Amino acid sequence: MATSMLPRHLSDNGALVERHWQELNSRRRLYSWLGFGVLFLALSGSLWFANGSNAGKFFDRLPHFFDFVGDLAPRDGMEIFRAMFDLPSPYDDGSFKYNYPEGRLYLTENFYIPEYVHKMLETVNIAIFSTVIGTALGFVLCFLAARNLMPNPWIRGAVRRIMEILRAFPEVVIAGFFLAILSLGPIPAIAAVSIHTIGALGKLFYEVVENADMKPDEGLRAAGGNWIERVWFGMVPQVLPNFTSYFLLRLEINVRASTIIGAVGGGGIGELLRLSIGQGHQAKTLAIVILLFATIFAVDQFSAWLRRRLVGEQAFQLAQ
Amino acid sequence: MTTTTRLSPMEMDAIASRHPELLQSSASKRLRAAAITGGVVAYLVFSWWFFSIGQVLGNANWGIAGTYLADWVSYEVRPEIHVAPDRTMSLTYQRNSPLGRNPNPDWVELDRETVTRQVDIPASTTQTAKPKASSSFSFMTPGSALGGGAMAEAESRVETRTEEVLTRVAVTYDRSTRIEIADGLVKATHGGDTLVMAVDGADTVTPQGVLPAWATQKRPGEKIVLAFGATGWAEVEGDEVSVRNRFFGWANFLFDTNSPFFGKSYGEVASLIVSGERIDPTRSNLSLAWNNILYNAEWQHLDVWTKLLQTVVMAFVGTLFASLIAFPLCFLAARNITPSFLTNQLVKRFFDFLRSVDMFIWALFFTRAFGPGPLAGISAIFFTDTGTLGKLYSEALENIDDKQREGVKSVGAAPLAVQRFGVLPQVLPVFASQALYFWESNTRSATIIGAVGAGGIGLKLWEAMRTNSDWENVAYMVFLILLVVFIFDSISNACRSRLMGRRAH
Repeated sequence: MATSMLPRHLSDNGALVERHWQELNSRRRLYSWLGFGVLFLALSGSLWFANGSNAGKFFDRLPHFFDFVGDLAPRDGMEIFRAMFDLPSPYDDGSFKYNYPEGRLYLTENFYIPEYVHKMLETVNIAIFSTVIGTALGFVLCFLAARNLMPNPWIRGAVRRIMEILRAFPEVVIAGFFLAILSLGPIPAIAAVSIHTIGALGKLFYEVVENADMKPDEGLRAAGGNWIERVWFGMVPQVLPNFTSYFLLRLEINVRASTIIGAVGGGGIGELLRLSIGQGHQAKTLAIVILLFATIFAVDQFSAWLRRRLVGEQAFQLAQ
Repeated sequence: MTTTTRLSPMEMDAIASRHPELLQSSASKRLRAAAITGGVVAYLVFSWWFFSIGQVLGNANWGIAGTYLADWVSYEVRPEIHVAPDRTMSLTYQRNSPLGRNPNPDWVELDRETVTRQVDIPASTTQTAKPKASSSFSFMTPGSALGGGAMAEAESRVETRTEEVLTRVAVTYDRSTRIEIADGLVKATHGGDTLVMAVDGADTVTPQGVLPAWATQKRPGEKIVLAFGATGWAEVEGDEVSVRNRFFGWANFLFDTNSPFFGKSYGEVASLIVSGERIDPTRSNLSLAWNNILYNAEWQHLDVWTKLLQTVVMAFVGTLFASLIAFPLCFLAARNITPSFLTNQLVKRFFDFLRSVDMFIWALFFTRAFGPGPLAGISAIFFTDTGTLGKLYSEALENIDDKQREGVKSVGAAPLAVQRFGVLPQVLPVFASQALYFWESNTRSATIIGAVGAGGIGLKLWEAMRTNSDWENVAYMVFLILLVVFIFDSISNACRSRLMGRRAH
């Protein structure tokens, strides 16, 4: 259709439609600009506030941004290896900086586990143990919180609120509380991580249960199965792969979490890392960072591989 | 034509008995279930030993756990009644008592008497003021005349003084619990039982009669501990009765004991603010009251709020920057957008690196770079989440529908326009939703990296817990954190379900 054939002036209806469209467009543009403006204001306000309440100012400290690289430069490359495996250092001057062999854990007369490997294993074990505990309790609770298995809204609501509080409760506080009662050691970290895990996994679990196929359940109910039998034979077999996948995902997160909790007094590798960074022991720091990086990377890859085998690509939805 | 074949139950059983393997799960399957269960149990037993859990839990001080938990929502007032050998008494309160400097609560009844008597003063106390001399009922009131250096040489001396002493003290915990001290006898009543103890003013306590269930004494003559449950407890020693009266609530939440508004009811405070005379001539009562609330010495409202805001800001700015940087990078990492294998792998490994180094390690490094404060936290969250969001974003890009892109390409659009109109509309809601999710989750993690020095409320929480006596402050901060997390949770959930439709989250 040639443009010249189009009417030069629109009819009243046409003009109305055009005006509506223009109004809509300008309003949308206004909202977008307003949104950007608010975001920009919030951002600059936040930055100003953060900069003002920081110990060092951003622009003063910016040249020092990569100072931490200096924290990671040992005297020679072999030092990292020596620090990691507790071998004596040629630079040993009796200070804590080079006392690598001191933390050895002797299993037999000659065979020892290096300190950092030992602590790393402890951290990983904290993560596994608390994930197991959290999964077990989350497993029990999730069926009470699922709409399709628990028709009573009061029980369901109560269980869900409990999970929410367990999830949102700061882990530092749980760790600190148990630290005050028990002595230093891994148990505060275990308590903190597992309590958080109950809440986080419980939520993911009951969402899986609510999306499950109800036909096996109906069959069991028709055959006169009680609630536990319905859950155990009708629900568990179909949700188990998904639960296992979430268990593994949580394990990845918990390895990181137990490292952090360790740094605030829960033992394990986190505390050693904090100390060695604070005291400027380059070789030790780098050895721990490499160990930690390798462990987290290995756990991530292993769990991703296993999850892919268990539930296929759909395991990679967002979850934390 | 189909015919239905019905088997009689007899025949079913017959088939079942001929092929038993059909109805039984295979040996390997049963074995696997048993092996997994056994493995988990063995692991739990191993961990129990590895962490020596039984031993640690056995050695734990569970009694103090109850006190710490009660401290979250209640406070103790601790009058201490000192009993002299001549059976007169004096009363002091703990330092920083929540009742202020001159406490005179109505649950403590006192009978006073002025006596003239001889007081033994050991040499050591003549030089330094007695630490307990903070109360108006102390023997060693600042006004009492003491000779200067001459007295220091004397081993101990006797002085005749006229002063006011207490002859009877009655402390009422609640309706059924009460302690009364007079004439060297401590009479405690709780839940219908009455226990009378004789104190000698030196070091011996003698219970008269059988100890009820709520009273314990380890050895004859030693101190007796009276546990009254939630309402408090008391310790009776030969020369001192320590009362611990517990009250529900947070003491002095608005005004601390130094404030001119301390101890006034809400009505009084309101009328002072509205129409009262200026307490501080340089400013109005309203601004004075507000200032007193903000700088409340015990609750430190302003500091807590500032630190909480820092935590929120850390999560907000960190996540925002991370998503802004991850946004362009993820196009390089997605193999269907950038066909170069090398670039894909390089960017993806970079994301993996940022993620695996972990927020905690970044936080420690940046605390070194910027000093403690929110900038370190922002940088830590920024570095970690650039990795995480970049990975998630590139995965979302790799899962897009190619038809829209091809459509835009087929009309001859420039490469940038293809991305803008063919790709972006599909992934933008996913990107925004994931950024929102991480904003919310980072609000939680920002608390914990704060505890290692990266700014925010984490460190303040940690310090409050370290003292073991500020659990009510911990409870206050936890309450605020939970509040903020829940608010952000619902904001982010609402935004995400609008972005993604009902199903997402």
